[in-house]
Amino acid sequence: MSTIEAKPAGNDPESVNHGSDAHGDHDHDHPSFLAHHFETPEQQYDSGKLGIWIFLVTEVLFFSGMFCAYAMFRMLSPEVFEGCSQFLNTKLGAINTGVLLFSSLTMAWAVRCSQTEEYKKLTGMLAATLSCAMVFLGVKAIEYSHKFNMGILPAGFFQYDPAHPHIEDGPNYLMWLCLPFALFLVGIVVWLAVAFFQGDKFKVAVLKPLTVVALCFFVGVGLGMFLEDGSGESHAALHDEIGEHAVDDHLLDEPIDVLASSDHLSEEVTLGQTEYGVVERLAGDTTNSGLLGELNARAAQAEMATGSVILNKDGGVDATIHATPRDFLTPSRAGVFFSIYYCMTGVHAIHILAGIGVLIWLLVRSVRNDFNRQYFGPVDYVGLYWHLVDLIWIYLFPLLYLIR
Amino acid sequence: MSDHDHSSTDDHREGYNFAHPMPVPMLLTVFCILVFLTIVTVAQASFDFGSIDVAIVMGIATIKAIIVALFFMHLLYDKPFNLAIFLSAFVFVGLFVSLTLSDSWLTSKDFIPVDDAVITSTVE
Repeated sequence: MSTIEAKPAGNDPESVNHGSDAHGDHDHDHPSFLAHHFETPEQQYDSGKLGIWIFLVTEVLFFSGMFCAYAMFRMLSPEVFEGCSQFLNTKLGAINTGVLLFSSLTMAWAVRCSQTEEYKKLTGMLAATLSCAMVFLGVKAIEYSHKFNMGILPAGFFQYDPAHPHIEDGPNYLMWLCLPFALFLVGIVVWLAVAFFQGDKFKVAVLKPLTVVALCFFVGVGLGMFLEDGSGESHAALHDEIGEHAVDDHLLDEPIDVLASSDHLSEEVTLGQTEYGVVERLAGDTTNSGLLGELNARAAQAEMATGSVILNKDGGVDATIHATPRDFLTPSRAGVFFSIYYCMTGVHAIHILAGIGVLIWLLVRSVRNDFNRQYFGPVDYVGLYWHLVDLIWIYLFPLLYLIR
Repeated sequence: MSDHDHSSTDDHREGYNFAHPMPVPMLLTVFCILVFLTIVTVAQASFDFGSIDVAIVMGIATIKAIIVALFFMHLLYDKPFNLAIFLSAFVFVGLFVSLTLSDSWLTSKDFIPVDDAVITSTVE
């Protein structure tokens, strides 16, 4: 409350003098949309806007936790992210980005319509925004169910097997994901029919666009299926590629180890550690991997013993936990990537669902002609939230889908 | 719309005429720029820029974010106070991410437990 009162005084001096002269007539012509504790619609709008901006700040900070986890794990094992990102369908991600951007456009346009009092258009724009949100979720359902069917799940559940990418006896995930939306569609259609026969024009006017909105989820599912099928072959090719990639990595590992160790050897020689002289010579033979490992381990120990800070240097030290195969497609490593993937996109999808909820509320109110040039706050606030959700996707898409 | 009639008489009064509708051509232009930048992001992913890769991707995403914030979110025409609040969020995000990252960079090499076999080995 104190912010609301203090803000106009501190922010624009106009409303200060305005406050004094408007006090007189403020009681008898208080518009119905203006809450009694506000003096002018502008003050009401501004304080609401301040509130929504502060909410958006908390949203940004909330998502930053997940972005931080992403950055940390990507920094620690970039090859895992590079490899696992190949499992994400860039086409679907790009389509979804386009759909969300378009919904942002219609949302911004809806705000304009509410300010210019074009009621029909406002309802249409809100319905278009809702439809885009549903298409987005439909495409997401395809993406998720496709991965579930391949056993590409978060850490702990990850059971992808390139030899048998499709788990036959698994549940039909797509059906279960579609079920709530199918129920929603059936409910809306039944309600629409009932309202139509009862002659309730208001309900019909609300439920008609909502039927289109509910149908749009299945448009999204169809779109996702179409794009996913189109890339079916490339997916198969990808599996082979990933297999080869992993094999290559294996082959490459050894020469790198040798190079790293020779580095260490020369260092050690210059340091005068001749006590390992014979061992070094024996380790020069690459077949003596055990000795090589021991030498590397000693070198690493010596380095750590100096007490200086070691910046994530992977010296190819054998016989430690760090030296286990650094392939990306192990359940724990790939699982971590997909945990992050499901967490980030899932929380984003929850935000889309919440957005759908408030947009339906706006749609009902816009059919009721609640908004005018002095009272368009709710549309604007939901718009800001919607743009933030779009903004987060703008970062999620390249960070998850477009890693080479 | 009784409110409408009501508001037309109020329009000259202070605190009653504050709506700032965005022109439609501007909204469409912003949308086209955003779609263009999305295509650029997808296209650049097929080229290899090496280590500046992430910087390019984040750069494009940030340009898009700024465009969305300035035009779709009206920050360009909004009270500067709202902009200050929004930007303050990113100051704290920056602090949070940079401190956490530098800490994990210095202290933990890799804390993902690796106790499982490589799955790809079954391919051969």
